[in-house]
Amino acid sequence: MKVLVAVKRVVDFNVKIRVKADKTGVETANVKMSMNPFDEIAVEEAVRLKEAGKATDIVAVSMGPQQCQETLRTALAMGADRGIHVLSDGELQPLAVAKLLKAVVDKEQPALVILGKQAIDDDSNQTGQMLAALLGWPQATFASKLALGSDEAEVTREIDGGLETIAIKLPAIVTTDLRLNEPRYASLPNIMKAKKKPIDALKPDELGVDVTPRLTTLKVEEPAKRKGGVKVASIAELVDKLRNEAKVI
Amino acid sequence: MSVLVIAEHDNATLKPATLNAVTAAAKLGGDVAMLVAGQGCAAVADAAAKVAGVAKVLVADAAAYAHPLAENLTPLIVKLAPAFSHVVATATTFGKNLMPRVAALLDVQQISEVMAIEAPDTFVRPIYAGNALATVKSSDKIKVMTVRATAFEAAATGGGNAARETVPATDDAGLSRFVGQALSKMERPELTAARIIISGGRAMQNGENFKLLEAVADRLGAAVGASRAAVDAGFVPNDYQVGQTGKIVAPELYIAVGISGAIQHLAGMKDSKVIVAINKDEEAPIFSVADYGLVADLFKAIPELQAELDRTKS
Repeated sequence: MKVLVAVKRVVDFNVKIRVKADKTGVETANVKMSMNPFDEIAVEEAVRLKEAGKATDIVAVSMGPQQCQETLRTALAMGADRGIHVLSDGELQPLAVAKLLKAVVDKEQPALVILGKQAIDDDSNQTGQMLAALLGWPQATFASKLALGSDEAEVTREIDGGLETIAIKLPAIVTTDLRLNEPRYASLPNIMKAKKKPIDALKPDELGVDVTPRLTTLKVEEPAKRKGGVKVASIAELVDKLRNEAKVI
Repeated sequence: MSVLVIAEHDNATLKPATLNAVTAAAKLGGDVAMLVAGQGCAAVADAAAKVAGVAKVLVADAAAYAHPLAENLTPLIVKLAPAFSHVVATATTFGKNLMPRVAALLDVQQISEVMAIEAPDTFVRPIYAGNALATVKSSDKIKVMTVRATAFEAAATGGGNAARETVPATDDAGLSRFVGQALSKMERPELTAARIIISGGRAMQNGENFKLLEAVADRLGAAVGASRAAVDAGFVPNDYQVGQTGKIVAPELYIAVGISGAIQHLAGMKDSKVIVAINKDEEAPIFSVADYGLVADLFKAIPELQAELDRTKS
């Protein structure tokens, strides 16, 4: 079974982001970039499926500027077999990414596509669901457990208030939540090996997809800062303040 | 202009978060209609018809909608959508799962987690875990969006008298099926609906110690939450998690106990009206957002808090 994973290059989750002074966006120049953490979980899940003998071939796909190839190399070092890079220097919104992924899926014919549930930069949480819609495939989003059969997958999903289990027919889309697995670190030998694995490069127009953004960003601002308040000396003082000053209890 | 709100429910009751979506819908202007798609969901339709500001309730009752499977709900919404200028759901796991599927089939770029409505086509939404706010303008004909419940007041559950209309159900897509559900037993209010929340962090040391927080929660009618560190350490189930990757909350009072205040946690609770932090590390970042901070060992402070609440009970 072929498994496709989508990986996005984003500002590293440890970086404290800065809004640009002209309010056009967030500073990404000279900032550490990494694979979106939810996508690492997606790659890890695919690699585990291969180790369990369920997946035969793992294709990692990334979209964006030239440097996305670094993100693909990370996926290859974790255990993906080959990469596909859709080169685009402009802004790609989730609908455009889903259309590009659909074109790649049409070519590659995987039985399963695993994506992170959301990217930690735009926090959209859309691409997997949109890809499922465009393909007419079922979707299991926010997965915390995946049991893959030959023509069906049973997926436990993290929902508000607890967990839900659904069965989906293959081919299908799965998006990962945090607790699906803990991604491995790539070993040095695997990083070296990954350099020899193939990455195909494609362009959006080769895939016949119009990627014109539908949303225009008018401005990006920092949220209003919350001011720190006062320190209280005791529980008695705290309860008194909550009752008589803040009046919340 | 007219807005379709997708009701979230369990066939018996309307989820409170849907009420916040109604308020957001009203701000867009035009009539507000609500879609109740379920099986045996007449009670929900009754409740929806009474919500203030809802002009029409569309009811689709069929076995395919017994559980909120996106594969089955999407064709119905896609069929109804062209009559509306906006399709809105709350940014809960229900709305997040469903709406992008709808948007893609309408060839629309969804707007996620809307926090403010500037104009019928212009919205403010958080990016980078709420560390930046983007104002975006949509060029799509139909706007498909999810709204953050805590950013909008809840519409009143009474006073409305909406017309009811039955809409024909779409077929079961035959792609997915519900297997089971394991909901955490909550004797206290749900996190996203609670007026007061008390949350514990890694410093709670184990799950057993969360009983200390529960004792205080029972006295305040509060919900119990946790930081990601406490959830990852296995102290409590993951639906306790408050933060960007967990639940976004904005109660009147948020009490953070033994929580250092990682960015990801702050993103989930910083819109609370009053924040209290109890932590023995006086340098903990949580104090920079707290209205009231107490530097103390939680194992001493929490029993004291419980006793003080009992002592001063009015």
